[in-house]
Amino acid sequence: MGDSPTLQQIARGDALGLSAAGPWTARFAPALERMVADAEKLAGSRSGIFIDVSQISGLDTFGAWLIERLRRNLTQGGIEATIAGLSLNYSSLVDEVRRVPASAVSPAVRQSALTGLLEDVGRNVVGFGTTLTGLIGMLGAVLAAGGRVIRHPRSFRLTSTVHHLEQVCWRAVPIIVLITFLIGCIISQQGIFHFRKFGADIFVVDMLGVLVLREIGVLLVAIMVAGRSGSAYAAELGSMKMREEIDALRTMGFDPIEVLVLPRMLALVIALPILAFLGAIAALYGGGLVTWLYGGVQPEAFLIRLRDAISIDHFVVGMIKAPVMAAVIGIVACVEGLAVQGSAESLGRRTTSSVVKGIFFVIVMDGLFAIFFASIGM
Amino acid sequence: MVGDASDPIIRVRDVSVRFGATKVLDGLSLDVKRGEILGFVGPSGAGKSVLTRTIIGLVPKVGGSIEVFGVDLETANVTARRAVERRWGVLFQQGALFSSLNVRQNIQFPVREYLHVSQRLLDEITVAKLGMVGLRPEVADRYPSELSGGMIKRVALARALALDPELVFLDEPTSGLDPIGAGDFDDLVRTLQRTLGLTVFMVTHDLDSLHTACDRIAVLGNGKIIAAGSMADMLASQHPWLKAYFHGKRARAVVG
Repeated sequence: MGDSPTLQQIARGDALGLSAAGPWTARFAPALERMVADAEKLAGSRSGIFIDVSQISGLDTFGAWLIERLRRNLTQGGIEATIAGLSLNYSSLVDEVRRVPASAVSPAVRQSALTGLLEDVGRNVVGFGTTLTGLIGMLGAVLAAGGRVIRHPRSFRLTSTVHHLEQVCWRAVPIIVLITFLIGCIISQQGIFHFRKFGADIFVVDMLGVLVLREIGVLLVAIMVAGRSGSAYAAELGSMKMREEIDALRTMGFDPIEVLVLPRMLALVIALPILAFLGAIAALYGGGLVTWLYGGVQPEAFLIRLRDAISIDHFVVGMIKAPVMAAVIGIVACVEGLAVQGSAESLGRRTTSSVVKGIFFVIVMDGLFAIFFASIGM
Repeated sequence: MVGDASDPIIRVRDVSVRFGATKVLDGLSLDVKRGEILGFVGPSGAGKSVLTRTIIGLVPKVGGSIEVFGVDLETANVTARRAVERRWGVLFQQGALFSSLNVRQNIQFPVREYLHVSQRLLDEITVAKLGMVGLRPEVADRYPSELSGGMIKRVALARALALDPELVFLDEPTSGLDPIGAGDFDDLVRTLQRTLGLTVFMVTHDLDSLHTACDRIAVLGNGKIIAAGSMADMLASQHPWLKAYFHGKRARAVVG
């Protein structure tokens, strides 16, 4: 089988004769395709053509189809094509490809760039609307499930909640503490560096306290939790959806919201304030360390200044925001997870968008909170 | 393609596979000859799929040797491995279609990788392959999640056959097909074997398939081959599991 296939012209009275030989197999498909195209041109305006295939040493679907394609194209052009010398072994394969319907492939519908753009805009607007309604729907479903659980406390999934609490809270502590510690260090280093020009070194403590307790601490932790746990929720629920596990739950009479979503949401709502608190402490500690070692402010002076600069309000504001942000992250992740379709690609897209949307809504919420707390003078 | 027709295309010698403490395959030896259709049966959980996956190289073995096309895949270099992999097709039990590609792309995927043929020929071959496994060309634009279980099987078979391989591994190909579809499938395997000289390694529980499609049957039990031979040998065997399997209530309808 080392030789290559051929399609040669042979003399046969006034009709054109073609003799196919060698292996007509997938390996030689590109060469075979060229030969068949050449043969079609060769046929020109003759009335009949005779294809001898008795010399073929190997035939598979590719070869058989190309012979069939040649025959079809010739017949379409009004040329009578006869295939002869087909060995018994190959005839059933040729019969098989003869049954293949012609021109089954419909060309893709093309549209102009403008309509394409408009369509994209329209789809995105509708998509944004469905996202919002989906989030509100999920919020309602979670509250309803929560109400049912309060009325029938035995249906509450404590084990599951504790398991998720371990995943999203306990296991997140090291990374959250490390990152917020470093952020605290950076804030005070930058503060000291710039405030020093005005001789206002000590005010770095005010900035650190307010920023960390009120804004950065909780916002940063929420963003990290959205990336860490939101994505995990979306991927878990998404792969369960793909493998019909959620349908299975439903047929057994369980409410997926109650069994899967509620414990996850609850774990997140409990976890985020704890993590935000730990994060704030770590950031203050890091900031204090830098003001002492880099700024030369003694720890006692730092503490006294901190006590003057911040009130309990700053801390309360941060702690009020944390559970709300957790709920937003959880709802976005669960909606995205449950929206996964059958393909691996859709799982990836939904997981990504759970993080992106989660962070987006967290920042939007933070902005709304800022306006709210400013209006009530907190 | 050296070696005469009597040369085994798959040569399995003393292969052992264990998962933790459980021995799944224990010194198993088996030959698959060129051009034959080997039906592989055994109780559920006996390790039929494990043997298939071991031959393909997806499950590591602890002992023994496996040669496919005369190449030991464990010691062969990457080029030799690729060359062997190009010559076989695998139908997985669950289909294992790529979920983010549609049917057409799934079937064209291996062809596109190995052969540089025109898009037109690719599309035509796709339609031909779909026709061969009994599917209409319209299915080509659907995604795996939009197919029924039987259709997934057929598309997966079409993909396994996309490159016209010399050897195909079929893991329960007719499960999930209706009896008519399964019968068509047996005919198809027969046709391909006759025309392409295809060698088929088929794990199956379909007694009809064993009857009509298989040349030889091998039975797996206790990690070994407990019997191998023609259908007549199986029917004559006194082994209790074989008797239960081939003379059971469901078998009687087939054997008559």
